Amino acid sequence: MSKDKFDYFIKGERNKYEVIIGLEVHAQVSSNSKLFSGSATKFGAEPNSQVSLIDSAFPGMLPVINKECINQAIRTGLGLNAKINNNSVFDRKNYFYADLPQGYQISQYKNPIVGEGKVLLDMPYGSKEIGIERLHLEQDAGKSIHDMDPSSTYVDLNRSGIALMEIVSKPDLRSPEEVNAYIKKLRTIMRYLGTCDGNMQEGSLRADVNVSVRQVGDKKFGTRCEIKNVNSIKFMQMAIEYEANRQVELLDEGKKIEQETRLFDIKKNETRSMRSKEDAHDYRYFPDPDLLPLKIEQKLIDDLKKSLPELPDNKKERFMNDYGLNSYEANVLVSEKEISNYYEEVAKLTDKKLAATWMMGDLFAMLNDKGLNISNSPISAKNLAELVQSIKSGEISGRIAKEVFELMVESRDNPKKIIESKGMKQQSDPKELEKIINQILTKNKDKVDQYKSGKEKLFGFFVGQVMKQSGGKANPQLTNEILKKLLKG
Amino acid sequence: MSEIIKKNLSEIIDLIKKKEIKSEELVNLYIDKVNKSKKLNSFITTCFEHTIKKSKDFDKKPNLNSLLPGIPLAVKDLFCTNGFKTTAGSKMLENFIPQYESTVTENLWKEGAILLGKLNCDEYAMGSSNETSYFGNVINPIAKDTVPGGSSGGSASALAADLTPATIGTDTGGSIRQPASFTGTVGLKPTYGLCSRWGIVAFASSLDQAGPMTKSVKDCSIMLEAMAGFDKKDSTSIEKKKENYSKNLKTDIKGLKIGIPKEYRVENMPKEIDELWNKGKSILKDLGADIIDISLPHTKYALPTYYIVAPAEASSNLARYDGVKYGYRSSKVNDLIEMYENTRSEGFGDEVKRRILIGTYVLSSGYYDAYYLKAQKVRQLIKKDFDENFGKVDAILTPSTPSSAFKIGEKTNDPISMYLNDIFTVPVNLAGLPAISVPAGLDKKGYPLGLQLIGKTLDEQNILNVAFAFEKNCNFKNEIKNWWL
Repeated sequence: MSKDKFDYFIKGERNKYEVIIGLEVHAQVSSNSKLFSGSATKFGAEPNSQVSLIDSAFPGMLPVINKECINQAIRTGLGLNAKINNNSVFDRKNYFYADLPQGYQISQYKNPIVGEGKVLLDMPYGSKEIGIERLHLEQDAGKSIHDMDPSSTYVDLNRSGIALMEIVSKPDLRSPEEVNAYIKKLRTIMRYLGTCDGNMQEGSLRADVNVSVRQVGDKKFGTRCEIKNVNSIKFMQMAIEYEANRQVELLDEGKKIEQETRLFDIKKNETRSMRSKEDAHDYRYFPDPDLLPLKIEQKLIDDLKKSLPELPDNKKERFMNDYGLNSYEANVLVSEKEISNYYEEVAKLTDKKLAATWMMGDLFAMLNDKGLNISNSPISAKNLAELVQSIKSGEISGRIAKEVFELMVESRDNPKKIIESKGMKQQSDPKELEKIINQILTKNKDKVDQYKSGKEKLFGFFVGQVMKQSGGKANPQLTNEILKKLLKG
Repeated sequence: MSEIIKKNLSEIIDLIKKKEIKSEELVNLYIDKVNKSKKLNSFITTCFEHTIKKSKDFDKKPNLNSLLPGIPLAVKDLFCTNGFKTTAGSKMLENFIPQYESTVTENLWKEGAILLGKLNCDEYAMGSSNETSYFGNVINPIAKDTVPGGSSGGSASALAADLTPATIGTDTGGSIRQPASFTGTVGLKPTYGLCSRWGIVAFASSLDQAGPMTKSVKDCSIMLEAMAGFDKKDSTSIEKKKENYSKNLKTDIKGLKIGIPKEYRVENMPKEIDELWNKGKSILKDLGADIIDISLPHTKYALPTYYIVAPAEASSNLARYDGVKYGYRSSKVNDLIEMYENTRSEGFGDEVKRRILIGTYVLSSGYYDAYYLKAQKVRQLIKKDFDENFGKVDAILTPSTPSSAFKIGEKTNDPISMYLNDIFTVPVNLAGLPAISVPAGLDKKGYPLGLQLIGKTLDEQNILNVAFAFEKNCNFKNEIKNWWL
């Protein structure tokens, strides 16, 4: 991660290649009901328990647009600095599959709700802008379950009709690392906006990955392959790695890349051909005659814009300006809305820089260790602030603070209570310290002489003795000062 | 007593309101005749137990202020009816029982009407003669070897044969107006979006519209009033206040401008259609209307446009009938693809397959621009033709069909000549306008013929008024001889 120069290239036998990646991210819209029906969208419900007559395409059923899904798409578009189209159209994408009850998916083809936008990535080699081609709304399909019975397939339509946003990037990504940063950034933005929970395990966020390679210096893009429906960042990165190398090998052998759709096999860590361009579906797109063209008033866009929360890029800038954080710290602390809220709560009450250090160090390590996240942290923002404040005021040392921190995790108590009850307060009374130091110097006269004759390394020994004597509670800074003063005398 | 069911809906409503007949008595009269009229094959499903029970409930506590108090109504089998089979005339839905009620039928029941049964129709409403139904062709009561038209053929046949006092159909390219014309009845296709499409088996979403089929214009206004209304479950439904079409019905059409489009005088049109059209013009002229020649230059492109747009939408709308969730599933199933292929090959009839193929073709990449996109552009031009002329005229008068009812089997092997039946009706669907077919005369065989009045968007009241005035002065009499009894 500490590379300061971009260096993701693939060396073939003969040539050096650059990898071109574009993503089509499918993000489930956070909404209580589906895109065109009133059915619930809760994850993990009993199969076929969230299915209306519309979702199961009974004769004579008609779709009615869910306004909240439209608003969510607009919010997301605004979050991606994109153009919101006042006029867009829902089209039918026709194909047969058992978990597609209508025999078509309602999607947006030529006229999407959101047009071009951009996302900023913070890479170790500087910031990079990734273009957004478009965002459109579409229905999810149901789920075919092939492994419940040896001879038949079962279909669960709970997902059928759930609203998805397909966010199509420009082919601006150049490495698995950038893909990682891009997906995380998209997720952060959508979580800030509350438009998608970004939960990849539950399938709320998945992507089709387009990969091509070209010789370094070439201007023309190579032939791309599309890897369908990858549902974790790790798998995306593995798939890209494999696919790019496969393409490089072919090109180095003087062979051609065939444009095709491929599948990523997690177990074998390889991509496999699913269908070639010739076998590509003819989806027979046409405007859905059951739905009128979608007209969005400028006022709605303006109102939604006004009500948007502060987004990560702005928040990062503010954290750097107001709290004196560096770019890296600010990045980490805005990566999730909850983390940034927690940080601001802590920073409000105590030293801003020290608060950042403690959060990014001990707090994150502990949460990671325990498999927790910030929302269920055993240490509240207020308690962490008190702890940081105790260090800052000299009440306890950094070393003692670590012990207090451990006790706070165990007991969920506030640090003041722990410090008091365990007598962990730092010894910061100069007179008391002088008394202890004098005793030690008297006891170790020989060492004092050696020190004075030039063996200054012994200073550490005296400090150690003071700490030992005080049970670790002596204020280190004060101890240093007094020791120096008395040794001079 | 059997004279009662020959009466118009409005007269029967009066009898109920005056307590001269009970709902249950009325219901039994219809049940009796339906039972004796199986030869017409106009019903796919009857639900007499339900009808009788509901009529008894009504009689116990009659709400005489409703629009359709205790009136039994059979409806086209394209409307989903809660707990009663809804087949769309297809083997695919032969045993499909919806657990929901279409908005339009729900509106009728709220006004006091009672479901009497489900009426035969072309499969998925695709046809102009009711010969594509999986449940067999329907016979037109005017003569035993004639078709009732389609796709709402069962509705038209049952209505003309006095098996239901009024009914509802759906009209995608003429499916209400053409059968109305063939059976000497009144049929109205409302403005697209006036009646909710929710719960109606879809054929072509941008064209489908439900509407009333009745024995008189007044009946038509009552039925439209009952069935129309904004529905938030249909995104293409028009949000507007309900109108009292029946109360506002009037015969004074003095000073109204009626347009006569020259493009509707097509080649090889029978002379009697032309004469009928002239008769219509002179009746309206005598009533004080101004007759104005107009031009709708893109009319000749309407039929080809329709046969691109409608199949395209149908090919997608019918994709849901795949054997997975409900409806027919082939017994020859070894894998998913085979299930799709066999289910759809066995479950759909030839006309439906033909349109799915056409629709799939015109939407395919490489053909989309040349067919579907072009058709959408032409559709706009057709709409523009109407818009421009509605600055000059208040309504447009045309023949409803290029011929009277034809013989069963006459056109089944010639889809193009079958499609030509809709030549005067499809432009209206493409433009989303309201239009009504009123019976206007008989041809030399004694078969009825209708004239069509096309109105401005949401101007149903106006074309109802013109039709009402026309009806009063036309002296049309349907001669149905109950030959099948």
